[in-house]
Amino acid sequence: MTLLRVENLNMVFGGIHAVENLDFKIKSGTIHSIIGPNGAGKTTLFNLITSVYRATTGRIFFDDQDITEVSTYALAEHGISRTFQNLQIFFNMSAVENVMVGNHRKTDSRFLPALFGLPSIRQGERDCRQRAEQLMCDIGLERYIGSDADSMPYGALKWLEIARALASQPRMLLLDEPAAGLNPSETHEIDDLIKRIADMGITVVLVEHDMKLVMGVSDHILVLDSGRKLAEGTAEEIRQNPDVLEAYLGHRQRAR
Amino acid sequence: MFAELLQFLFSGVTVGAIYALVGLGFAIIYNASHVINFAQGEFVMLGGMATVFFIGLGMPMPAAIFLAITVTVIVGFGVEKLAVEPARNAPIVTLIIITIGASIFLRGAAQVIWDRNFHSVPAFTGEQPIIIGGASILPQSLWILGSTVVIVITLHLFFNRTMTGKAIVATSHNPLAAQLMGINTRVVLLMSFGLSALLGSIAGILIAPISLTYTGVGIMLGLKGFCAAVLGGLGKPMGAIAGGLIVGISEAMTAGYLSSAYKDAVAFMIILAVLFFMPKGLFGGRETERV
Amino acid sequence: MKAFYKPETGGILALAAIIAVLPIFLPNSFYFDVAILVGINAIVCVGLNLLIGYAGQISLGHAGFFAIGAYFSGILVGTYEWPPVAAMLIGALFVGLLSYLLAKPIMKLRGHYLAMGTLGMGIVISIVLNQEGELTGGPDGMPVMGFSVFGWEPGSELTWYWLIGGLLLIAVWLALNLINSPVGRALRAVHGSEVAASVAGVDVARYKVLVFVVSAVFASVAGSLFAHYSGFLTPSEADFFHSIELVTMVVLGGMASVFGAVVGAAVLTTLPQLLTVFHDYEMLVFGASLMVTMIFMRRGLVPTLQSLFSRRLK
Repeated sequence: MTLLRVENLNMVFGGIHAVENLDFKIKSGTIHSIIGPNGAGKTTLFNLITSVYRATTGRIFFDDQDITEVSTYALAEHGISRTFQNLQIFFNMSAVENVMVGNHRKTDSRFLPALFGLPSIRQGERDCRQRAEQLMCDIGLERYIGSDADSMPYGALKWLEIARALASQPRMLLLDEPAAGLNPSETHEIDDLIKRIADMGITVVLVEHDMKLVMGVSDHILVLDSGRKLAEGTAEEIRQNPDVLEAYLGHRQRAR
Repeated sequence: MFAELLQFLFSGVTVGAIYALVGLGFAIIYNASHVINFAQGEFVMLGGMATVFFIGLGMPMPAAIFLAITVTVIVGFGVEKLAVEPARNAPIVTLIIITIGASIFLRGAAQVIWDRNFHSVPAFTGEQPIIIGGASILPQSLWILGSTVVIVITLHLFFNRTMTGKAIVATSHNPLAAQLMGINTRVVLLMSFGLSALLGSIAGILIAPISLTYTGVGIMLGLKGFCAAVLGGLGKPMGAIAGGLIVGISEAMTAGYLSSAYKDAVAFMIILAVLFFMPKGLFGGRETERV
Repeated sequence: MKAFYKPETGGILALAAIIAVLPIFLPNSFYFDVAILVGINAIVCVGLNLLIGYAGQISLGHAGFFAIGAYFSGILVGTYEWPPVAAMLIGALFVGLLSYLLAKPIMKLRGHYLAMGTLGMGIVISIVLNQEGELTGGPDGMPVMGFSVFGWEPGSELTWYWLIGGLLLIAVWLALNLINSPVGRALRAVHGSEVAASVAGVDVARYKVLVFVVSAVFASVAGSLFAHYSGFLTPSEADFFHSIELVTMVVLGGMASVFGAVVGAAVLTTLPQLLTVFHDYEMLVFGASLMVTMIFMRRGLVPTLQSLFSRRLK
């Protein structure tokens, strides 16, 4: 079934048409990649879906509900979560606390009970911390459970952001260049992680430049170029699409 | 009736030009370093008080003015080197406290070196008001306006036509890229403080003949100059000029037609209004955060 | 590997112990006066620290809220003969409402714009207090009646000391509760990265407004207490200097540290008393001390000392 549906989406910044007349669907339970040359509008698209940007025109539907006007913070409740191309880790907290924030919508965030330190709040905190530590173990970060975010290496922080995104128990996870800056063995681990996440029933949408990762993991690929949809299909179909090759490599395969 | 309006306009533009110069100083430093220099008002104070001091030593006015400006510029370098540079990467709040500390230090030092009394400075070319259209304007006001115009034109040429000026502009847009291009950003920051001190001290000297100067004069002038800079978009030098004039004229009109008691509140109420409705100031561009 | 321990329970007990034992060391009424003022400032700073240190926002106009609380108490009790506690609560309610209305537009601003907005707000409050002489006594100030709760009055300085000490402990306890809760974590997340916090489900705007209002109410209550204790008010309680003093106490003592806020209040309230030995050089030395401390201890006294200690222990 269709989980995410984007209809006629347009984003104009000043003179730049960053996303133009974009239409596509994402089926639930799939791993869907969005690729394209730099400046194609991939991160802009993520920002539009998560309401970081307000679309100029167009509609976005999640599970048949119109989420175009929904504020970013309310999307967690719908079941959408994401990571960021330029890490947005909370460096003023420990690793566990970062993940605990991800779990925010499941916590009791009422002001007065918090102010008076009611036992239910304290218990809630213990449970939240336990869930966060468990998640860190599941994802492979148990050695960082006692660490502060600002003392962790870059690769671990990429994982931490994913852990934080998973802590909200999303139905759809948007990963913005999860393999950026990682070496080949780390990228392989990300590959495994993505498949495990998909196995948990979460729909994964991936923006990536690493073609090996994309081709190896995706059920479906969407190619963007200059804000427009260039092509859509399976990995095999995209690999052989002449328009895609042109956009990436700048020349057409000479017909023989 | 028209004469009255013109009168308020004259006094508004006069004080507005002073706010503009102070605001320019804020904008230049902010551009180079994203620091709000709360000691800016003290540069204004030093200009006026140092001039009084040098005149008291028997120097002719032009020499006293020149020396006062030089001293203030050196102090400006000192503030940058000793207070701001050591704390380059500290959080914004810490930097704000440091510059506030610098401003308190300078005021304290001025009180020790000089005194807490009010002092007067002779007007540059006499005190006889000139009548234009039924309203009177002091010759000193014409000096203020004329100097401000000259300064604005000079700065425009400086920032757009000279290498040093362009280096400063480049640093304000992207310090890292500027460094990679061979610009010494530490020197740029030093120059920015020197330039702001120059502008501040000139403002202090220009206004001193009209309103008495004393060691506490920098506080309100600094704050209102800050308002002018924010109004213009904090970081847009030309905006600070417009901002200063708007604040000055609004103040004069309020004092004249509404209530002189609330005159001081005008600058801050304008700021609040601007911040609520046009947070990037009148000339600020749109800033989008890249995620 | 960091051990998971709660320094705060120890901290609040230590603070209670200090408050309990301190009177033995205070030789005369003057020292008690300073201690009480430290306590009042500390209550403001604990609230302000939530805003500045934890949520990463700034306010250069909080003295305005302090003064409004103070004048509400002064005017309602003096001119209209209200009971002091009621006046304090109404003042706090008014400040809560005012700060809420101001916060909604102001909190959309960032960094220096926010600083400017709060600065403007504080100055406008200060000017209004100065100008509305009939109500407030204008620049010359107004006298304030003593504090009383159902007939009981703090008769002596020592009683005031216990009252303020107790209220400070309550303020610290409330702040710590808030910090160790999802609300507190959400505030820190806002400080860390607003966009990541929203994606995680944190309503950033709501939390910023919340912490601004909470810190304003703390300031208002402290202001009311100050009014009754001091017996006299002037509009200078709302001025820019006072706001700066408060921010300095928070930053000096240590951001994101409740006890840092208390330490900062203690240091900056007692420092001017120490500096009087410098006579004319007082302002100069004060400014210099401020610069030096912030340059070398940029996260504030308590966090810097804490990391020095923890490094020694390793």
